[in-house]
Amino acid sequence: MSGTAVTTGAGTARTTAAGRTRALARAELTLLGRTKATLAAAVFVPLAMPFMLRSTVDQMNLKGTGLTVGSILLPSSIGFSLLFAVYSSLVSVYAARREELVLKRLRTGELRDVEILAGAALPSVAIGLAQCLVLTVAYRVTLGIGAPKEPQLVVLGLLLALITWPALAAVTASFSKSVEGAQVAATPLTLVSLVGSGTFIPLETLPDGMASFCELLPLTPVITLIRGGWTGHLSAHDTAGALFTAVAWTVIAVFAVRRWFRWEPRR
Amino acid sequence: MNTNQHDDVIEVTDLRRVYGGDGRDFEAVRGVTFSVGRGELFALLGTNGAGKTSTVELIEGLAPPAGGRVRVLGHDPYMDRAAVRPRIGVMLQEGGFPSELTVAETTRMWAACTSGARPPEQALDRVGLAHRSDVRVKQLSGGEKRRLDLALAILGGPEVLFLDEPTTGLDVEGRRSTWELVRELRDAGTTVLLTTHYLEEAEVLANRLAILHEGRIAAIGTPAEVTASQPSHVSFELPDGYFPGDLPPLPELGVRSHETAGRMIRLRTDELQRTATALLVWAERARVELRGLDVRPASLEEAFLRIAREAAANGVNGPRTAEGATATATATATATQEKSAADVRMRTTGNDRNSTAADARKRGRSA
Repeated sequence: MSGTAVTTGAGTARTTAAGRTRALARAELTLLGRTKATLAAAVFVPLAMPFMLRSTVDQMNLKGTGLTVGSILLPSSIGFSLLFAVYSSLVSVYAARREELVLKRLRTGELRDVEILAGAALPSVAIGLAQCLVLTVAYRVTLGIGAPKEPQLVVLGLLLALITWPALAAVTASFSKSVEGAQVAATPLTLVSLVGSGTFIPLETLPDGMASFCELLPLTPVITLIRGGWTGHLSAHDTAGALFTAVAWTVIAVFAVRRWFRWEPRR
Repeated sequence: MNTNQHDDVIEVTDLRRVYGGDGRDFEAVRGVTFSVGRGELFALLGTNGAGKTSTVELIEGLAPPAGGRVRVLGHDPYMDRAAVRPRIGVMLQEGGFPSELTVAETTRMWAACTSGARPPEQALDRVGLAHRSDVRVKQLSGGEKRRLDLALAILGGPEVLFLDEPTTGLDVEGRRSTWELVRELRDAGTTVLLTTHYLEEAEVLANRLAILHEGRIAAIGTPAEVTASQPSHVSFELPDGYFPGDLPPLPELGVRSHETAGRMIRLRTDELQRTATALLVWAERARVELRGLDVRPASLEEAFLRIAREAAANGVNGPRTAEGATATATATATATQEKSAADVRMRTTGNDRNSTAADARKRGRSA
């Protein structure tokens, strides 16, 4: 053994937060590529959902709503990506890494907790973003959807969602004891979001009380902001409301992770 | 070795760890105090459930202690993670590698997260895993996984190395080569905290060691010190027509106690040479053949078993379960046989930090 190995890092590189997160994300991407079931669900479900939705939207009477088929489909599709490519698959990832003691092992090293969670989330987030991009281009070509009128709302909504949904996935994973259990644990929020966040059923068609409850769901403000950003029809009041709800969910989700996330299997 | 306070790389004071919630808390670590000097290899021994891993995890900074204080390289390892982690290497008791990654991918990832990491190939070569680079972790044997874990723990050339049962699951050869590597690291100045349930491992590697029992330190010192407090043994078979009463008076031979089982006699002594010499001189004069003669110096194993037995017999923590009660009863019977059992006292290093064990025993006896 050479003497240089005794004195830590004398003249050798200290790791950086970005470098560590990138290394972990790269490993996670490799793993995702080898977990075919998770990969298939993450990639194909969000791409297939819009086709199912299309026929429903075609039958809607959109006159006077200021909406087009494209401006209904696109935010919904982004919602599907968040639910399936990001949330649902990350619940599995976090649970699997915890049960394999990977999270515990990573915590013995230099990675900070937030780097571990972010590194694990990056590949899924990237897939989700790529899907959004592909779908936007596809809608532009097939449905002639234009550029967003207020792109800052789209960006803001997406950004908040990409913090909130991985965090919600981490919390959800903490309420399960196994990888299989994690998928079950992910179902309620996925279903509630599909039904109540305006992806399948426009909130305007719901009874008032129901609608105002649904506005408080975590996915709703994201859909509202993206749709409003595209159409430019969102009032200042509604924009503020959606932004507030979105930020609130980000804060709640991050707090919940700090409070309840489990790094090790139950003893 | 440990006289200079500033040279203590690991300082543990009255450490406590409690598991639970749900109204049924379990105190796994119950006031553990010790320190490890720079360049020292300190071994934590103990039966399963003695609190070894629970203790080590607190020192690694994986969890905050329920009570007491930990310092590693002068820092709180839990609160001041960023200052401590780049300077330590950790080998957990169980791997914790994604099973679908290859050995090389795992090492590359860990290297990118480790300050001053050596090249991954070199690290794998060092533990004899270079030829398994492209194999998925799930296809490795238990021993190979341990070696991969070791390779990652020493990847950054840590100042302090934590090894939690590093040779469990290894074959004899693998164990030897791991010992060789650990010895090299120690000789190069790495401070090592090792847990093991292989007594030989501690005997071979450790400068100092502590025996943990039910969350407390039952004995602490150099292997020689811990062993020295234990009696040596002489056992043999008396031929027909001879009885223990025919032997010279045992106390004069330095014999502390004896056991007979049929014709087999087993003597416990603090003065092995004197006892053995007197016995052999007597046999020579009486023209007696002592069959199955076995002369055995005190061993760490003896010390270890004695501590486990004594602690149970003295009810240090009281029987907790029906199972525990049975074990205690059995051990009490054994201890009664050995009349001197209560007189055995582990010699400590004279450091008043080591009073924990003696205190525990006193408390147990008065209870």
